[in-house]
Amino acid sequence: MEQLKSIGRELAMGSQGGFGQSKEFLELVKSIGEARSKAEEDRIVLHEIETLKRRLSDPDIPKRKMKEYLIRLVYVEMLGHDASFAYIHAVKMTHDDSLLLLKRTGYLAVTLFLSDDHDLIILIVNTIQKDLRSDNYLVVCSALNAVCKLINDETIPAVLPQVLDLLSHPKDAVRKKAIMALHRFYRKSPSSVSHLLSNFRKRLSDNDPGVMGATLCPLFDLIAADPTSFKDLVPTFVNILKQVAERRLPKAYDYHSMPAPFIQIKLLKILALLAAGDKQASDKMYTVVGDIFRKCDSASNIGNAVLYESICCVSSLYPNPKLLEAATDVISRFLKSDSHNLKYMGIDSLGRLIKTSPEIAEQHQLAVIDCLEDPDDTLKRKTFELLYKMTKSSNVEVIVDRMIDYMISINDNHYKTYIASRCVELAEQFTPTNNWFILTMNKVFEHAGDLVNVKVAHNLMRLIAEGFGEDDQTVDTQLRSSAVQSYLHILGEPKLPSVFLQVICWVLGEYGTADGKYPASYIIGKLCDVAEAYSSDETVKAYAITAIMKIYAFEIAAGRKVDMLPECQSLVEELSASHSTDLQQRAYEMQAVIGLDAHAVGSIIPSDASCEDIEIDKDLSFLNNYVQQSIEKGAQPYIPESERSGALNISSFRSQDQHEVTAHGLRFEAYELPKPPVPSTVASFTSSAELVLVPEPSYPRETHQVASVPSGVLDAGPSELKLRLDGVQKKWGRPTYSTPSASSSSDSTSQKTTNGVAQTVASTVSSKAQETYDSRKSPVEISPEKQKLAASLFGGALKTERKPSPANHKVVKTSSSHATQKSQVSKMATVSTEGAVDRTNYQAPDLLDLSEPTVTSAPLSIDPFGQLEGLLDPNLVTSSVNHGADGVSKAPDLMGLYADTPVSGQSSSMGFDVTSEFLNTTLTDQGGAAVAYPTQISKGPNVKDSLEKDALVRQLGVTPSSQNPNLFRDLLGERIRDKPLWGDKISTRDCKNQEAHTGKAFGALWRYTRFFEAYTSLHFLHDMLILLN
Amino acid sequence: MIRAVMVINTQGKPRLAKFYDVQSLEKQQELIRNIYGVLCSRAENVSNFMEVESFFGPDTRLVYKHYATLYFVFIFDSSENELAMLDLIQVFVETLEKCFRNVCELDIVFNYSKMHAILDEIVFGGQVLETSSAEVMRAVEEISKLETASNSISLVPKSVSSWRSR
Repeated sequence: MEQLKSIGRELAMGSQGGFGQSKEFLELVKSIGEARSKAEEDRIVLHEIETLKRRLSDPDIPKRKMKEYLIRLVYVEMLGHDASFAYIHAVKMTHDDSLLLLKRTGYLAVTLFLSDDHDLIILIVNTIQKDLRSDNYLVVCSALNAVCKLINDETIPAVLPQVLDLLSHPKDAVRKKAIMALHRFYRKSPSSVSHLLSNFRKRLSDNDPGVMGATLCPLFDLIAADPTSFKDLVPTFVNILKQVAERRLPKAYDYHSMPAPFIQIKLLKILALLAAGDKQASDKMYTVVGDIFRKCDSASNIGNAVLYESICCVSSLYPNPKLLEAATDVISRFLKSDSHNLKYMGIDSLGRLIKTSPEIAEQHQLAVIDCLEDPDDTLKRKTFELLYKMTKSSNVEVIVDRMIDYMISINDNHYKTYIASRCVELAEQFTPTNNWFILTMNKVFEHAGDLVNVKVAHNLMRLIAEGFGEDDQTVDTQLRSSAVQSYLHILGEPKLPSVFLQVICWVLGEYGTADGKYPASYIIGKLCDVAEAYSSDETVKAYAITAIMKIYAFEIAAGRKVDMLPECQSLVEELSASHSTDLQQRAYEMQAVIGLDAHAVGSIIPSDASCEDIEIDKDLSFLNNYVQQSIEKGAQPYIPESERSGALNISSFRSQDQHEVTAHGLRFEAYELPKPPVPSTVASFTSSAELVLVPEPSYPRETHQVASVPSGVLDAGPSELKLRLDGVQKKWGRPTYSTPSASSSSDSTSQKTTNGVAQTVASTVSSKAQETYDSRKSPVEISPEKQKLAASLFGGALKTERKPSPANHKVVKTSSSHATQKSQVSKMATVSTEGAVDRTNYQAPDLLDLSEPTVTSAPLSIDPFGQLEGLLDPNLVTSSVNHGADGVSKAPDLMGLYADTPVSGQSSSMGFDVTSEFLNTTLTDQGGAAVAYPTQISKGPNVKDSLEKDALVRQLGVTPSSQNPNLFRDLLGERIRDKPLWGDKISTRDCKNQEAHTGKAFGALWRYTRFFEAYTSLHFLHDMLILLN
Repeated sequence: MIRAVMVINTQGKPRLAKFYDVQSLEKQQELIRNIYGVLCSRAENVSNFMEVESFFGPDTRLVYKHYATLYFVFIFDSSENELAMLDLIQVFVETLEKCFRNVCELDIVFNYSKMHAILDEIVFGGQVLETSSAEVMRAVEEISKLETASNSISLVPKSVSSWRSR
C-alpha cells in the first residue's frame, strides 16, 4: 500500500524533469513489482527488451528518449537480463558533447554495462582522453569514473598522462578522484605506474585534507606490499594523525562529532603496517595512539570503529603495557555491550591481542562463552576463530568437540570444510591421546566427509601405523584394535565419504586380523561389501582389493589355509575385467599372490611392515649382469645422451608433445601426485632427504645438452620446487611422538615444578576486590555449567579440592619479591617467552574503570628452583595468573583452579614448541623431498622432460611384445611394499605374469622408478627400453 | 577496498547493484541471489556483519543494514573497517533521505541514475571518497543544476538547427 501511495508522489516528481523518468518506466517498474512469480517477471522484462530493441533500431530517436531507454536497459540488466544490443548506443552517447546529462548517462551506462576487457572499450578510450582534458570539471569527473572501471592494463598508458595532469587540477574533488584513479591503475597493473609512486607521497601534503585522505588509500596498498621503503614517512603519518585527533581539520570534516574518522582509521591501519615488528617506529606512535584511546567517543558507532582500529594498531605495535591496558579496557567494554556488532569487534580484537598478551582472554572467558552460544552465526564463527587461536593441549578436547558440534549443525559447505580443517589441525597439534585423536577424526570424516583434505586421511593412517612411536607395543596394538573395532562398527552406516572409506580399508587390510579378534573371512567379507556398495568409486575399490590381498597374504604367511570367499572371487573377476588398468592390475596381482607359497608371500607382503623403509638400489647394480650378458650377445652398449648424434632431433617433436601423451592409453606422468608426503618413520628422513638434495646437480647439466632449450626453463624447475613446499603437511605436535624421550621427560619435571609453584603462590586477589565484585554482581547469575565450560576452555580440568589461597598475605609477598624476580626473568630472556616478561601488570590508576572490579594479580610467580632449572631447561615456565572479573565470580576456590591449570598447560605447550620446531625442520626437508620429484616428472614447463617423454612415447609405440623375465625377477628381489605414502599401491610382480603385455610391464617398471625419479630423471627408461628391444 | 554495493529489497529484487571489480552478468546475479539468501535468513537483533567468503572469495566481509523494505549491503575486504562501513551505509542513507525527503523504495527505483550519482560521490572506484552527506548533497546538486542548465542552453541551438533544417 505504501508503495502505491508513493507512486502518486513519484508521478509528480517524474514531471519535474531532471532525474525523473517517463510514465512507461513507471509502468514497467510497477508491473515488475506486482509480478507474482519469477516467470512472470521474466516475461515482462523480455517484453520490455523487445520494445526497447525496436525503439533503438530507429535511426533518429530524440536524445532525451535515448537517455531514458538506456536507463531502462541498465535497470533491465540489473535484473539479470542481457542488454548487450544496447552497449553500442551507450558508447555512442558518451561521445555526445552537447549535453552534459547525456554524456553522464552514457558514462553511467558504459561503466555498468562493460567489463574492462570488452571489445567496445577501444571506442571509448578516445572520448575519455578528450573528456579528461575538458574545462567542465563534471565532465572530467565522469570520465575519471569511467576510467576506474573500464581502463585495463593495456589502455592505461593512453590515459595516464591526462590523469597525471589532473593531480594538479584546481578543483580538489578532481584531484581526489585523479589520485583514486591512479590507485586503481596501481591495483590493476602495478608496473604501469611504478615510476609515478612519488606522486602519492607528494599529494600527502596537499592543501586539501580530503585529497590527503584519498592519498592514504593507495599508500596503504603500497605500504602493505613493501613497508620498509616507507619507514621514512612514519613521522609524517604520526603528525597527520595527531593533527586530525586534535581537531585541527576544518569542521566540515567532522563526522558525528568525530574529527575525520575515516582518515583516522586509514592512518591507524597504515601505522599498524609500518610498526609491525619495528620497535623504533612503534616508539614514535605510542603517544598518538594513546591520545586516540583517550579522546575517542565510545558512544557513537564511528567512535568505536576508530577504537577498534586503535586496538588493531596496538596489537601490531611493539608491546606497550599502557596501550595494552587501554586496549583491554576497550575490549571489555565491547564485550559487555549489548550490541552484537560491538561484541563481534570485541571478539575479533581479543583474537588480535591474544598473541601479545594471552592472559586477557581469561579475563573475558564468560563473555567469550556467551558469544559462543549466541544465535548469531557470524559472532559464533568469529568466536571459533578466537578459540582456535587460544587452543592448547589443556583445552583442545572441549574446543574441538564444540567445533565438531557446530560443524554437524551447519549446511554451509564452505564453512564446513574450513572448520573441519581447523578441527583436524588442532587435533593433530594438541591431541592428548591417540585414541581421542582417532575418535575425533572419525567424527570429522563422518560428518564433513569428502570435504576433508586427503592429507588428513594419510596422517590418520600414519598415526595408526606408527602408534606412539614408543617401545611399548601393547599400546599401539590397543590403538589399532580399537581403530579396527570402531571402523567395523562405522561400516554399518549407510553412506560414507570416499576418503574415510579409503582409510578404513587400509586399516582393516593392515590390522584387521592383527589382534586375532576377527577371523579373516569376516574382515574380507566386510571389505567385499565395501567394494560392492561403493562400486562407482574406483579408488575405494582399489583400496579394498589391496586390503583383501593383504589379509590373504597374512593368512598364507601365517601358514593358514585360505579359501577364496565366493563374493571375493566374483569381485576379483569383476575387477580383472575392469576398464581401469589400475584395478585390473591389482586384481591380477592378488590372484598371483594367492597362488604363491608362504615364504614368497611373506617376503612380498610382510605383516605389519608398512612403516619399514623400502631399500632402493639407485645404481641399478642388479641389472649389471643382465647388461653384461646382453652386450656379450651383441647388444648395443649404452651411449649417454650427450654423445648420441640423434639427440637434437628430439627437439622437433616438441610441438606435439603434450597431445601425444594424452592420445596414448598409458599415462606418462608419474602416477598421481604421491598423496601428501606423509613421512612414515623418523628413519626414512635420511633416505628421502637424499632424494631432495640430489636432483638438482644432475638436472641442469642435462638440460644444457639440448641446445634449443630456452634458458628460462632452467629456472623453472627449482622455483617450482620451492612453491610446492607450501603444501607440506602439518607436523605432529605431540612431543612424545617422534622426538627422543629426553624431551618428554624434561617436560614432566618442569610440569611438576610448576605445579609446585602454583601451589605455593597460587593466585592473589585482594579481598576488597572480591567484595566490590560480589556486591555488584551476585555469583548466582552465572550458571555452573558455563563456569565449568569456562574452566575447561580457559583453565583446564576442574579440581575443586584445591585449597583457596589466602589472598592478602600473598599479594604482599609476591609484590615484594616482584622486582627481583623480574630482573631475573629478563636475564633469562633467551629461554622465557617475550610475552611472559611483558605480562607484568600495569595498573594505571587513571585508567581504572569503575565498572571493572579491581583485580590485582600476581604477575610473576617463579619458584626459585624452577628458575635454576630454567637455566638448563628450555621449558622454563613463568606463570602469571591473571584473573578477570568474570573468572572470580565464584569466590576464591574457583580462583585456585585457574591458578594451577594454565601453568601446566603452558608448560606443555612450550614443550610442543620445541619439539614441533624440531619436527619442522626435519619434516620440511622430508616434505620437500616427496614433493620435489613430481614437479620434475609431471607436465611442468620443462622442455627437457617433455622431450624425453615424447621420445618415450615414440619408442613405446614400437615396443615389441616380448619382454625380459630377468628384469622382473630382479625387481622381485627387492621387496617393494606399499605404504600410505604411495597411495596404497603395490608394486610387486610375479614371475608368472611374464605373459603380460609390454604395456603392463612398462607400468610396473614405471612404478618402480617412481622411487628414484628425482634422482635419475628419465634417461634410465630410455636405456631400459633399448635393452628390452 | 569496497568490492560491491547493493540495495536489495526484502523480496530479493535488486534495486541497485554496483560492482567495483569485474564480474560477469551471471555472476552478479548469482551473488545477489546468494546474498539475499543469507540476508533473509538472519534473525533480528544480530550483528550487521556476515561472512561471505564462500561466494565472494577469500578476504571479503559483508556489512548490511535493514531499512524498512530494503537491505543496504556493502562488501569489502580487510583494508576497510566493519564499523566504519556500517557508518558509510548510514551516510548513504542519510544522503538519500536528504535528497528525497523520507526516502522509500520507489524513490530508489525511479531515480536510478541519481542513486548512482550519489553513490559515485561517496564511493569512487572502490574507495571511500566522501563521508559527509552534506558534501555529497552539494556535489549531486551541482551536477543536477549543471545538467539542467546545459539542457536549457542546448535547447536553443537545437531549436535553431531544427528551424534551419525546416
